[in-house]
Amino acid sequence: MTTVSSGSERAVPTADRPPVIELRGITKRFPGVVANSDVNLVVRSGEVHAIVGENGSGKSTLMKTLYGMHHPDEGTILVDGRPAVFKSPTAAIAAGIGMVHQHFMLADNFTVLENIILGSEPTVGGRLDIDAARARINEISESYGLGLKPDRLVEQLSVAERQRVEIAKVLFRGARVLILDEPTAVLVPHEVDELFDNLNGLRAEGLSVIFISHKLDEVLKVADIITVIRRGLTVGTVGPKSATARQLAEMMVGSELPLPQTRESTVTDRVQLAVSGVTARGSEGTTVLADITFSLHRGEVVGFAGVEGNGQSELVQTLLGLLRPQSGTISLEGEDITGWPVLKRRERGIAFIPEDRHRQALMLQAPLWENRILGHQWSKKLFARGLLRRKAAIRDTARIMASYDVRAPGTDTIAGALSGGNQQKFIIGRELEGDPNVLIAAHPTRGVDVGAQAAIWDRIRQARSNGLATLIISADLEELIGLSDTLYVILRGRLVAKLDPGAVTPEELGSYMTGAATADGAGESAGDKA
Amino acid sequence: MSRLRRDLMANLVPAVVAVLASLVLLATVLAILRVDPVKAVKALFDFGASERAQANQMRTWVNRSVPLFLSGLAASVAFRMNLFNIGVEGQYRVAAVVAAAVGALVDLPGPLHILLILSVAMATGAAYASIPAVLKVKRGINEVITTIMLNSIAVGVIAYLLREPFRDPALGKNANPATRPLPESAWFPGFADPFGWLGVGAPSREVGGFVVVAVVVGVAVAFVLSRTRFGFDLRAAGRNATAAEASGVPSGRMTMQAMLMSGALAGLVGMPQVLGEDRAFSINFVAGLGFSGIAVALLGRNSPVGIGFAALLFAFLDRAGPSLQRVDIPPSVVVISQGVIVLSVVIVNEIARRLIERAEERRAGAVAPAPPSQPTASEVTA
Repeated sequence: MTTVSSGSERAVPTADRPPVIELRGITKRFPGVVANSDVNLVVRSGEVHAIVGENGSGKSTLMKTLYGMHHPDEGTILVDGRPAVFKSPTAAIAAGIGMVHQHFMLADNFTVLENIILGSEPTVGGRLDIDAARARINEISESYGLGLKPDRLVEQLSVAERQRVEIAKVLFRGARVLILDEPTAVLVPHEVDELFDNLNGLRAEGLSVIFISHKLDEVLKVADIITVIRRGLTVGTVGPKSATARQLAEMMVGSELPLPQTRESTVTDRVQLAVSGVTARGSEGTTVLADITFSLHRGEVVGFAGVEGNGQSELVQTLLGLLRPQSGTISLEGEDITGWPVLKRRERGIAFIPEDRHRQALMLQAPLWENRILGHQWSKKLFARGLLRRKAAIRDTARIMASYDVRAPGTDTIAGALSGGNQQKFIIGRELEGDPNVLIAAHPTRGVDVGAQAAIWDRIRQARSNGLATLIISADLEELIGLSDTLYVILRGRLVAKLDPGAVTPEELGSYMTGAATADGAGESAGDKA
Repeated sequence: MSRLRRDLMANLVPAVVAVLASLVLLATVLAILRVDPVKAVKALFDFGASERAQANQMRTWVNRSVPLFLSGLAASVAFRMNLFNIGVEGQYRVAAVVAAAVGALVDLPGPLHILLILSVAMATGAAYASIPAVLKVKRGINEVITTIMLNSIAVGVIAYLLREPFRDPALGKNANPATRPLPESAWFPGFADPFGWLGVGAPSREVGGFVVVAVVVGVAVAFVLSRTRFGFDLRAAGRNATAAEASGVPSGRMTMQAMLMSGALAGLVGMPQVLGEDRAFSINFVAGLGFSGIAVALLGRNSPVGIGFAALLFAFLDRAGPSLQRVDIPPSVVVISQGVIVLSVVIVNEIARRLIERAEERRAGAVAPAPPSQPTASEVTA
């Protein structure tokens, strides 16, 4: 495959003025992970510059660097052609860079005006100058078409209106470059159009917008230029006219054939886990899973592809027993487990590798041997008549560490001290050692280095050939295609396609995920009533 | 670093540093108050001249440690689950008045009678603690607010109970309200001469035998927390509720159980006084032990052994109040020093935690050098 070549193809007169923002060779490392590696980015005035990439590809890290939230280990930031060092967001704001976070940071019980001026209040002789503030806000609101009503309480505003308040807040501080972090994630379609109108207004005034997203159709609609990031590197920069969503998806996902091949099938016809007609509501009462039906056989790996937030987490929670479905049944080896509590499911052989290991899998302050027990309180090996078998737990932890290559000084090292890859290897060891018959793995290799990734893939493949039924959710399409025997696409809580991983390309998968393509037999996809 | 050395580093060193830091701070405070620090320290360690006086001071020390220890233990169980049971104060007082009233109504042989009263106290404490627990689990109301409110309510409830249903009818009209006196079978035995081996004489009155109960309870709590399934679940839920939930430990249930256990332990706090000293519950019943317990639990870092030492330290300072007064030092110096110690401990603990964490990371990093993780160039240009 050939990616669209790097470099700006835009025929926009850039004159002689230096770019507003230029990032040169930015590298940012975290313990055990290189989040950004030699990233270059040029943002000119009056342009909407989209940055696209999969989750965990390093977009947010890059923006945090630009916004002064942390320092790059290498590389320089140039503002108007002059090198700049941002010690804090305050310094970035002073240089005209503003950020609108994905999660709004507004005080609900304050008015729009109060929220906007909070932290940079205009004063006259030490007193708040409300009139001046109001005048400025009205001016900003009018010239960019934000439609703000300064005296309304923020708690009465819709999500889209709150977002406009956040934008106004940034503009009020004199920003010339606005970073919008996944701004459309919280909006409904017509609000997205309104936002794009606002962005056009900003562009017309000569401001620059850095637009972070992984929704390719939106990016193509609004951006003047698109930079693609993958695994911490800039893969290329393209114009929206010269690229299609498919090409962008290719660049995001990478073109090489998937590494984790598991072609020789070990799938049996014995159904291990059957999910039928499961519908569930989220905490806000919206339907997060709609009529999900599929089955998982012994020796089979079933992958679920989908843009984050389309029901994957809820599916995992439902299978694990953390979320009660409104209707439908889940059965394990033919037994209805829909009403079972978490621990009983775990005891019956459901192992779990969560998407967020710090939040869902580890006690960071506790030693590894205590972490080994987590989720296995049912084990006779670890508890005898309600009493903890400390020595056995420590011995077993040492064994897991050795056989899964968990590099740590000892079993009493606190889990938080390990690198991400070692933590993940430990979790996988813990989960596979319980002799499970079903493995639910969400992003099993997220944020781990290449070596650990290969080891984890190996383990999953090995377990598969031993008859483990595995469900995988991943944002890494290569991983999904490579490991899965069957692939489902989940979109807005529904299974919209059932695909053969042997025949599908990442690009095709990407278009199913965004809803750009629909399966001919979409109805059939949910009909795997084994 | 050996495990032992690391445990020492993690537990003992911060405590010692904190106490030293607070001594320095205290000296400064004393200087501002124009109190001679040397004189104050001398008074602190002054156990009196006669053997009898020394024995009495030691008796006070031990007797005061016991409720502080139990109260600290009660607070620590909730702390382990990330619950701030500020309500130990209300729980122990309500438990004490109910237990004293019930105890006076029945007549049983000695040990059984005492056992009944202790059970009633623990049940009452747990019941009173169940109110914030239920509100937290069912309605998500912060337990700090509810327990503080329930402390105020407890004061009113006790005043009412002493005036009306539990009031000893034998009392005169103007006498201080109190419950009926406990029969002799409910008196907790004491030690007449426990300090003989130290070369001090017998104290004027017996040293409360409840110290034995306190030690037994402390050992039991330590065992339950560190060696049982329940203890593991409790600590797991306190450390990471989300992970615990995903591992089959429902945080709602753990909140209930931790709060009930905390309340039951709180119920014991007033017992040494009810059974060993007053033999009834009167309006003069000591207040504030619940709040001191929070400080003791903080100082003892939620470990039963640590809480034991912390309780001894607090009681040591408490008992020095009169000695300070004798040399014209305001006894509030005791409260100031307790406050300073707790503050120092909290700060030093936090610093120590960070240092230890960093040391651990370095240690782990030395074993596993961070491998490079960026994709190779060929992968990217493709």
